[in-house]
Amino acid sequence: MTPALSTRGLAKSFGSLIVARDIELSLPQGARYALIGPNGAGKTTLINLMTGMLAPNAGQIFLGEDDITALEPQERVRRGLARTFQINTLFPGLNALEAVTLAVAERRGIAQQFWQNVATYKETIEEAHDILVKLRLGDSCYQTTRELPYGRQRLLEIALALATKPKVLLLDEPAAGVPPEESGDIFEAVASLSGDLTLLFIEHDMHVVFRFASHIIVLVGGGIYAEGSPAEIAANPGVREVYLGTRKHG
Amino acid sequence: MALAETVRTPQLYLQGLSRWRPIEIAFWLATLLPYWLAPDYLSLASQIAITALFALSLDLILGYAGIVSLGHAAFFGIGAYTAGLLSKYGWGEPLTGLAAAAFTAAIVGYATSFIIARFRHLALIMLTMGFGLLLGELANSAGWLTGGVDGLQGIHTWNLLGYFHFDLYGYTAYGYSLAVLFLLFLGARRLIHSPFGLALRGIRENWTRMPAIGAASRTHIQMIYTISAALAGIAGALLSETTQTVSLDSLSFERSAELLVMLVLGGAGRLYGGLVGAAIFMVARDQFSGIEPQYWYFWIGVLLVVVVVFMPNGVLGGLAKLYARWRGR
Repeated sequence: MTPALSTRGLAKSFGSLIVARDIELSLPQGARYALIGPNGAGKTTLINLMTGMLAPNAGQIFLGEDDITALEPQERVRRGLARTFQINTLFPGLNALEAVTLAVAERRGIAQQFWQNVATYKETIEEAHDILVKLRLGDSCYQTTRELPYGRQRLLEIALALATKPKVLLLDEPAAGVPPEESGDIFEAVASLSGDLTLLFIEHDMHVVFRFASHIIVLVGGGIYAEGSPAEIAANPGVREVYLGTRKHG
Repeated sequence: MALAETVRTPQLYLQGLSRWRPIEIAFWLATLLPYWLAPDYLSLASQIAITALFALSLDLILGYAGIVSLGHAAFFGIGAYTAGLLSKYGWGEPLTGLAAAAFTAAIVGYATSFIIARFRHLALIMLTMGFGLLLGELANSAGWLTGGVDGLQGIHTWNLLGYFHFDLYGYTAYGYSLAVLFLLFLGARRLIHSPFGLALRGIRENWTRMPAIGAASRTHIQMIYTISAALAGIAGALLSETTQTVSLDSLSFERSAELLVMLVLGGAGRLYGGLVGAAIFMVARDQFSGIEPQYWYFWIGVLLVVVVVFMPNGVLGGLAKLYARWRGR
């Protein structure tokens, strides 16, 4: 079967600093992949390359069978490749309902309708509200984003991405900055997403990674160092040395 | 309150956001007061209404989409000269004059929007200012068309709807300007509460997130910039039709800068901010220049500093905050 998302020889460098070297990645449909690696390994860079926020120096990116390397970020989103951000990238002055309604409206192609009141688009609003309820944000959906508790803002990150109806979702440390006792909630929400959705997430907490990932990719110095099932990665002596052995923060 | 909100459906909630508030109705009724309270000042009132429309056009791009412009007078001037020239060369019908001005300004707005939509922040200020200066000098050098520094002479505006004569006291001028302002305000208000209006607020709130939700921000910006240019053009045409003259300062840098001051004074991103700001600014100018004709900008400066220090979101932002505090008790 064609992988949901794959890359071929993806490379990027800033001057002499190589941040991605010859990345060959393949996410099968419906996979739950974790991307791990020490700080500065190029994990976020890889997401930026795949989503088009950075242009690669070489290589190609495929969404299904389509080469999306030259597409603009919003084009990739419309074709089903969505992401979330490690640092909250939300709409501070909109409430959760407005923000997700906006994302749904963009996907449905009605965001240029300038005459009808937004409240007349019943299905759009209900779809947005359903997404919020699914992520347990239903009771705070009228609260302005900047006033939401931090953990809920992290969930809203995911809600915005889901509103684009992605086939592939790249989550950049979805629980970043959330206290360990709450990060489980966020990953429970992630785990409850539809099985058709292909997921790749960056995460530092190894307990979380081993619990939620079916497959792990280890990135070191911009290149794929190892990949395999959680058991294989746990048993890999090299990985233990470069990553699992050292204490991480963030 | 919290209970009421949980009972309401999301759809009704969003509908509630666009409901007319009593204060809005009071505001529009108050705009009729000059007819009784200050009949000697109807010319000023008319200019305030025109400037308010101009400020509204800037609010749509600045307050909603976050596009800072220091050259918006370009569109005001284009509108003013379009209507003025039409009238000078034989067609002085006011309503079609407005339409022609809107059309011309929109064309120029759309043409420049391709560049505007690619930039943000400081670069935008420089770009819009550059366009404004460029157009100002073009109008200056094209004296054969615009009358140059002498201004455009020989404008004659026909009776409004074939009946209302543009009198010296400004009865017709104010009624006309106010009616046009009100109708276009209604349009702007609808736009703000539409999905497109939501998208504009999205651009203002977080430009970088927009592509990540699949939004075509550039197309949105081009669209609102064109609409805003058309509104500014209509404001310019109103001025040339009601004063029956057009001068170069209709597209000067000062006009663009003053407009920004008015919007900041009133409060950007609230639709009414530009209206209130224009009224405060123009009345203040009228009063201060009566007291100290040479130094009135000094007092405008004081006003601006005081408002920005004590009410960072403008007069309306400050009032909204006070109201929220009062209701919170």
